[in-house]
Amino acid sequence: MSIPPNDAIPPYDIVIGAEDLTKRYGPASAVDAINFTIKRGEVFGLLGPNGAGKTTTILMMLGLTEISSGHVSVLGYDPARAPLQVKRRVGYLPDSVGFYDNLTAVENLAYTAKLMGLSLKERSERIAEALTRVRLVDVANKRVATFSRGMRQRLGLAEIIVKRAEIAILDEPTSGLDPQATIEFLELIAELKRGGTTVLLSSHLLDQVQRICDRVALFQAGRIVMMGSVAELSVQVLGAGFVVEVEAEGNGIARKLSTIPGVTKVETLAADRYRMTAERDVRPDAASAVVAVNGSLRRLSVDEPSLQAIYARTFRGEEEGVRHAA
Amino acid sequence: MRREGSAFQGLGTVFVKELSDNISSVRMLVLELLVVLTALAALYGAIDNLRQNTAEDPFLLLRLFTLARDPLPSFVAILGFLVPLMAIGLGFDAVNSEHNRRTLSRILAQPIYRDALLMGKFLAGLATLGVSLTALWLMVIGLGLIFLGVPPGGEEIARSLVFLVVAIFYAGVWLSLAMLLSIVFRSPATAALVALGVWLFLTVLWPMLAPAIAQVIAPPDPRYAALGLETPDTGLWAQFLLRFSPNDLFAEAMQAILSPGTRTLGAVFLEQLRGAVMGAPLPFGESVMIAWPQMVSLIAGTIVLFVVGYVIFQRQEVRA
Repeated sequence: MSIPPNDAIPPYDIVIGAEDLTKRYGPASAVDAINFTIKRGEVFGLLGPNGAGKTTTILMMLGLTEISSGHVSVLGYDPARAPLQVKRRVGYLPDSVGFYDNLTAVENLAYTAKLMGLSLKERSERIAEALTRVRLVDVANKRVATFSRGMRQRLGLAEIIVKRAEIAILDEPTSGLDPQATIEFLELIAELKRGGTTVLLSSHLLDQVQRICDRVALFQAGRIVMMGSVAELSVQVLGAGFVVEVEAEGNGIARKLSTIPGVTKVETLAADRYRMTAERDVRPDAASAVVAVNGSLRRLSVDEPSLQAIYARTFRGEEEGVRHAA
Repeated sequence: MRREGSAFQGLGTVFVKELSDNISSVRMLVLELLVVLTALAALYGAIDNLRQNTAEDPFLLLRLFTLARDPLPSFVAILGFLVPLMAIGLGFDAVNSEHNRRTLSRILAQPIYRDALLMGKFLAGLATLGVSLTALWLMVIGLGLIFLGVPPGGEEIARSLVFLVVAIFYAGVWLSLAMLLSIVFRSPATAALVALGVWLFLTVLWPMLAPAIAQVIAPPDPRYAALGLETPDTGLWAQFLLRFSPNDLFAEAMQAILSPGTRTLGAVFLEQLRGAVMGAPLPFGESVMIAWPQMVSLIAGTIVLFVVGYVIFQRQEVRA
């Protein structure tokens, strides 16, 4: 992986590049020599348990906390040396974002828009447009004190839209939202992506991230343990992408199933239940295999590669590894 | 390594926002009412007193500031006591409330430096105090005109303007202290309690403690005591210790400025009085020179406390 030095113009499609990025608090490392690159227009997920170093990584990218060693480049700028350039182009939605409760939604946005240096005319236009996009027009002149958590998150996203940020950094954007609000928020993120914004989000809620992320990086104890698209990771960790469960009665089904090309493993869960691990979706072959031995097929289901499974497998493996080492 | 861009980008925006927050807050309204009502009572006492003792005084207006009638202290003494309370009320939650409302990281993710946020808050607080004190000052002059009917002379106006400036910096010391505490303590309640504790200590306890400590450092000479006099060494030490309190500095500066007869703020040696006409007023410039060290100390205190808070704030982690 090659990352451009900070004074060179980066390749057009790489907007964030981190090289051995490290943050130490005393002897402990919160972030330990991580490397990653983010391409323009993609949705990139930082995943991991709380305290794994996701927020620290984000703050280093914004120049809000000092970098101990290593280097990060955001849109070709070094956030430690040119924080204003970075912050002019990058929108940030912090973990459980706060607003001034005594001000209205519009007043809150107007304050930050003024800090961005927008003129009065630009401010009012962009704020009206952003509030429409996040569907908060009806409450635009209500005090933020009355807002629910979901509305506050959407208002935070409106701020990023007002900024017309090239990169949107969202820290735990959906934690604490109810299911309906979560779906709405994920839809807004997808809209951002369609508008050409690069999105970097951190989360510990895996199934949601899986839905919208093009690529993910799994964090653990300040290190990136694994990085790639969900499909790539599942092959890497689970050995295969698909798990097919078959419920059927008949003799010799297990043997017949194991002869299907692409199947790596067949487990017998019960007298009439089998689990196959395969590199592809083998349901049609499984059905014909059952029919071939005159069995009666009752159920056929497939588990798509799940981040949850990858995550559980990875971190369980790590812990076992530690125990063995000890 | 030099930072790009100006450290003061966004300063004006922060200043305007904080100023409007300060002025429209209920907290400020209550504090101002408290100060205005107490000050009115003190002024009423002073005006009543002045009307009965017909004025031979060339500085009638200044007497409004300094005259006390039992049981009320003078206007200046009341300000010395209440201005810190106003300043603490404005500053004790300046930074930690941004942390607690979780607005700090969102604001600092905008293209500004931390300098602008802190400086904007401080200047807005100082401006709020300045506006309140100027209003009080105008009130005194207006009441003086109405009830005493004597137009103030140029020197009186000049002296009372110096009073205004010194009062603003006296408030500035307490504002800096309160903001420093709001940076150090995450909980506004803790910051407020510590600030009020310091205030009570310096206004109530320190005037009692300082002479006691002075007596320990320089024990009184029985020969002076036999004559009913204070031992010079003990007195000097007591004054030296008292001057650690901004309240004492403010009171001393005000004495020199508002009572033109004041020749010195410390112990007087006989040779200093040679040729002096007792009770005759000093020229304006001389009075300012007498109060100069006190005024500079107040300004320096404001700046030093602000800088300490500034350094701590720059090094603080943004995340809650």
